[in-house]
Amino acid sequence: MTSLLTSRRLPATTSSTETRRRAATRRAPRNITAHIFLGALIIYFLIPLWWLIVASSKDATGLFAGTNGALWFDKNIDYVGNFRDLFTFNGGIYLRWLGNSLLYSLSGGLGATVLAVLAGYGFAKFKFRGRNFAFALLLGAVMVPVTALVIPTFIMMSGLQLTNTIWAVILPSMLSPFGVYLMRVYIADAVPDELLDAARVDGAGEFRTFVQVALPLMRPAIVTVLLLSIVATWNNYFLPLAMLNDNNLYPVTVGLDLWQGLASGNNGGGFSLWSIIVMGSLVSIIPLIVAFLSLQKYWQGGLSLGSLK
Amino acid sequence: MAVTTGLTGSSVAGARDLTPPKGAGVGARQRRHGRIGWLFIAPFAVVFVTFLVAPLAYAFYLSLFTKGLATGTRFTFFAQYAKAFTDPQFLEGVWFVVRFSLVLIPIQMALSLFVALILDAITTRFSRIARLMIFLPYAIPAVIGALMWGFLYSPNFGPLDQIFSPLGLESPEMLGPGLIFQSLMNVVVWQWAGYYMIIIYAALQGIDPSLYEAARIDGANAWQIALRIKIPLVTNSLLLILVFALIGTLQFFSEPQILRPIANGTITPGFTPNIYAYTQAFSYAQFNYASALSFSLGFVVFVCVYLFLFLTRKRGSFLK
Repeated sequence: MTSLLTSRRLPATTSSTETRRRAATRRAPRNITAHIFLGALIIYFLIPLWWLIVASSKDATGLFAGTNGALWFDKNIDYVGNFRDLFTFNGGIYLRWLGNSLLYSLSGGLGATVLAVLAGYGFAKFKFRGRNFAFALLLGAVMVPVTALVIPTFIMMSGLQLTNTIWAVILPSMLSPFGVYLMRVYIADAVPDELLDAARVDGAGEFRTFVQVALPLMRPAIVTVLLLSIVATWNNYFLPLAMLNDNNLYPVTVGLDLWQGLASGNNGGGFSLWSIIVMGSLVSIIPLIVAFLSLQKYWQGGLSLGSLK
Repeated sequence: MAVTTGLTGSSVAGARDLTPPKGAGVGARQRRHGRIGWLFIAPFAVVFVTFLVAPLAYAFYLSLFTKGLATGTRFTFFAQYAKAFTDPQFLEGVWFVVRFSLVLIPIQMALSLFVALILDAITTRFSRIARLMIFLPYAIPAVIGALMWGFLYSPNFGPLDQIFSPLGLESPEMLGPGLIFQSLMNVVVWQWAGYYMIIIYAALQGIDPSLYEAARIDGANAWQIALRIKIPLVTNSLLLILVFALIGTLQFFSEPQILRPIANGTITPGFTPNIYAYTQAFSYAQFNYASALSFSLGFVVFVCVYLFLFLTRKRGSFLK
């Protein structure tokens, strides 16, 4: 019971250090040079995005021979036309690619997170033979570069006739040793053993203890791992590039790459793909930017998990 | 922020020190406990074995064979590895990523650390916006990042043309052999510096502010506090991002692969080890050789990182 009280007291101590910190910084002088430096950095980091927003309004002539240069709008602004072209080109395949990206990233990310939460809990809260060895193996796996696994996984799955299916992308995306590591580190500190023991003494089974007592305490880490694995899968390029042949199964990243290859191959011949590539890039980055901006209070703290001790 | 303070909160950590009372039933309970622990780990373990251990083992197995047109598939032991490590194209790619890491990582880390220190020191609304904007590129796929920079690098219709042609100068060939190194470095710094900055920033926010107060009373100025207190206390984060950056750079693939069609042959099939392995597998169907290349890449990165962590290990290192 004491642990319940102490863990409930935590938010109070948090806010008191927060106010102390704020008081300390308010006294510090406002630094003009630092602000100018930050301003320059913001410009640097936003220039490509600004370019993307501007370029999405242009047709092919505007993109390559526009009157006002690359970083400003051309005389005719045609977001609607480009948007319509993007979603109607080639039978509206872009919408399919968006759907595929959503499917792969949600199922891969969700799967990776569920596995990481379970395994992290197992590593953090149970003592069993082979635990240390298994954990050392896991840490080793964190250091294996993911893309070094792509070609071997492709060769293995093509032996099983599983390439060119959605599973060839979803299943390997569920592997996240780093997610397990993050969850273990977090659970070890944030879920007190006593609380679990108290639940067990009260007659709750292991599964119920996990779901009702431990799981609510893990929420910030769960959101972080979920967000990280969804982003990793959404942004993944090498794995789907290697695994998939069928255009209809492509995620947005591979699809845009396909269009880029076509566009640089037959420049000028027929319909120019460049304006829909640019519009397609803009549309595809919006979901993740929205996700990051709306969930910032979770991931900003969560990202430091791996390094805090 | 709740996470940061939750982890450093001593009251929670203290609870772990309570050892369970010894009793007759403990042994049996421990054993039951052990089985349940494995049950929780089992689903991950299945995926781990299927998509990490099995592919690596299979790749290693395949890499021991050579497929010849006349001879069929023969067991050739380490012949593929001997071929890989004497293949000038592969070695050139390895040399590129090594050079790239050596230049890129220090610059990237210094920048993220510097920005994180500034953002930690000034808490204005502007600095909060700056923090988010600098982080934003992390949410953008490498494919699209490379695509956008590819346009911006263009000597004919990018902003470079607007800067150079009024001066009567030729715009630089950003994707030509002379500047490709710097151009790729810029793309990677743009993409990742914000992510690393956030990791360091979160760690800085976790430091107890009373330490600064004490240092200030002792007469330390802001620079001294940053150098003597802040940086030493975020060493673990720095180590973590160093490892991430190293693993990420050695397996460099997406950015050069995307820029390849518009780089007029600067990015060769052996530009990075991963591109070379990809070309061998998908352009030449040399699966035995590609397996050997992938396995070598994975193994070399693993050994390098492990050695690095072993050499820098100390009490409180992030992997323990």
